[in-house]
Amino acid sequence: MESYLLALGILDSSTRLAVPLLCACLAGLYSERAGVVDIGLEGKMLGAAFASATTALATGSAMLGLMAGILVSLVLALVHGFACITQRGNQIVTGIAINVLVAGLTALLGHVWYNQGGRTPSLEGDARFNEITLPLADTLGAIPILGPFYAEVISGHALPVYLAFLAVPLTWYLLYRTRWGLRIRAVGENPAAVDTAGISVPRLRYSAVLACGLLCGIGGTYMAVAQAASFLPHMTAGKGFIALAALIFAKWRPVGALWACLLFGLLDATAIRLQGVTLPGIGEVPVQAIQALPYLLTVILLAGFVGRAIPPKASGIPYVKER
Amino acid sequence: MKRYAVSAAFAALMALPAHAQIKPAITFDVGGKFDKSFNEAAYNGAEAFKKKTGIAYREFEIQNDAQREQALTRFARDGHSPIIAIGFSNGSALKKVAAEFPNVRFAIIDFVVDLPNVQSIVFKEHEGSYLVGLLAGQASKSGKVGFVGGMDIPLIRRFACGYAQGVKAGKASAEVFQNMTGTTGAAFNDPLKGGELARSQIARGADVIYHAAGNTGAGVLRAAADANILGIGVDSNQNGIHPGKVLTSMLKRVDVAVEKVLTDANTNQWKPGVTVLGLAEGGVDWAQDDNNKALITAEMRAAVEKASADIKSGAVKVHDYMSDQKCPVQ
Repeated sequence: MESYLLALGILDSSTRLAVPLLCACLAGLYSERAGVVDIGLEGKMLGAAFASATTALATGSAMLGLMAGILVSLVLALVHGFACITQRGNQIVTGIAINVLVAGLTALLGHVWYNQGGRTPSLEGDARFNEITLPLADTLGAIPILGPFYAEVISGHALPVYLAFLAVPLTWYLLYRTRWGLRIRAVGENPAAVDTAGISVPRLRYSAVLACGLLCGIGGTYMAVAQAASFLPHMTAGKGFIALAALIFAKWRPVGALWACLLFGLLDATAIRLQGVTLPGIGEVPVQAIQALPYLLTVILLAGFVGRAIPPKASGIPYVKER
Repeated sequence: MKRYAVSAAFAALMALPAHAQIKPAITFDVGGKFDKSFNEAAYNGAEAFKKKTGIAYREFEIQNDAQREQALTRFARDGHSPIIAIGFSNGSALKKVAAEFPNVRFAIIDFVVDLPNVQSIVFKEHEGSYLVGLLAGQASKSGKVGFVGGMDIPLIRRFACGYAQGVKAGKASAEVFQNMTGTTGAAFNDPLKGGELARSQIARGADVIYHAAGNTGAGVLRAAADANILGIGVDSNQNGIHPGKVLTSMLKRVDVAVEKVLTDANTNQWKPGVTVLGLAEGGVDWAQDDNNKALITAEMRAAVEKASADIKSGAVKVHDYMSDQKCPVQ
């Protein structure tokens, strides 16, 4: 029973750690499915994290923080869209430019405004997304096996966690069951065909880039306003890039993205939780071995289990209308 | 003739600096001077000196390892002295730069550099950690307490070992969970991971958690406060971060040390060599203020004061992990 609770603890923690990845991964999915490669996921999340933390701090409301985070992320997405879609610029270069700009700007503004080395002061009370206990968590918790799972893993997370997980079925529905989704997928494979059918390629790509901005906004806000309860310079720490790797794992599919991000979250959580725990039969595992585990498994999985991952055919190529 | 006089006056000026005002400089370690912990203590010491004497100082906050040597060289070349490097990570850079500028006075906290122009200041963190461990052992109801360290190095293990010894002295049957955040300097600046480590210890039953992890500790203290258990701060007095949820803080008087280096340099009493600051020298202590008054019972206070007196008199010896890289208790 104790090892079951330990396992639940790991699952609970991996759910939390997977959320920023999942948001960024789904964001990248919209963008790349429409043919716009987005290296700037990292920058958009960081920008959203900063905007949400400062707004939540100033207004005392986490919801306003979320809105500010999404707004800033949308603006950055529009910048990316303008450079890549309207101006047909290089998508990789634009993405990197956004990352560099935001990394510097947030640290600088944070330093000037709060004089705490780029950090924002800690968010307290309503300025922070607090954990939501789902209905019946206490009653159902008494049921063996499934009860604790519901109470520990599913219940007791902050609002953006549920938003992120709801985004998975929503994305699936939008992409595979709506006209817009069909067109988005088409514009990423063969934009000329979409254009021939009389549908605006730029407009479709802009809508995908905005969906990407929305999700990055949620991810960044989660990190600053729920997880850490303050903004820290460079707090995204490469999650936007790991999300891109997860996107390849997932072969650009929403449900695959969910599993890939949960796997990365699980590896992270395992590395944290297994530290100093004595495993039956093995004894205490050295810290270094545990910390190397996620990287080792990533290499093994990448090399052996993913199979061929084929990106959308037109991704990364600006669309030029033939005359 | 005139030119001669000018150059003579210039030479006289050059010979003066011993009595002229000092031009101090400080490099803070990763985490920055407002980390509410180690670096902030150093900053407070420098600010106290500035307030008393009106002498300004130059400062630099290290962002990555490549900057350490650059910053020190730059300060030395600009004629700053004394130059204080905060943190063990500056050790190798300082060793190199101090050898290049033998006339500049250097000081380093938490590391020993054996050069004739360097003062090395180290603390007996195990003694202070023993005291907070003693309090943790007595405050714990579950008999399980936690420790979250920053980078996995002997210095941080010294905190952990002193703490574990104190916990056992407070409650012999107590269990101590120990976790390190990472193996690089970034481990001192990762509050998210600190929070997750603390949550995992809480899940295993810990109800008092001590951190020695700089900025990472902010996440540890937050997780402890969120779970309604007690955290223990480090280096600076962190009792006020979550009032009533921080049992105490292990004070490491980096502020006193920095101020003393500056004052000594200013009054020409500065000496190179190794300075070891323990409980007896006032270099380490436990924090008590209005924020944690209600958490410390009379019994706990008596026990910790007795232990403190015993360590000072030598009746109790706290084992130093760095002396043999081993800890007698787990």
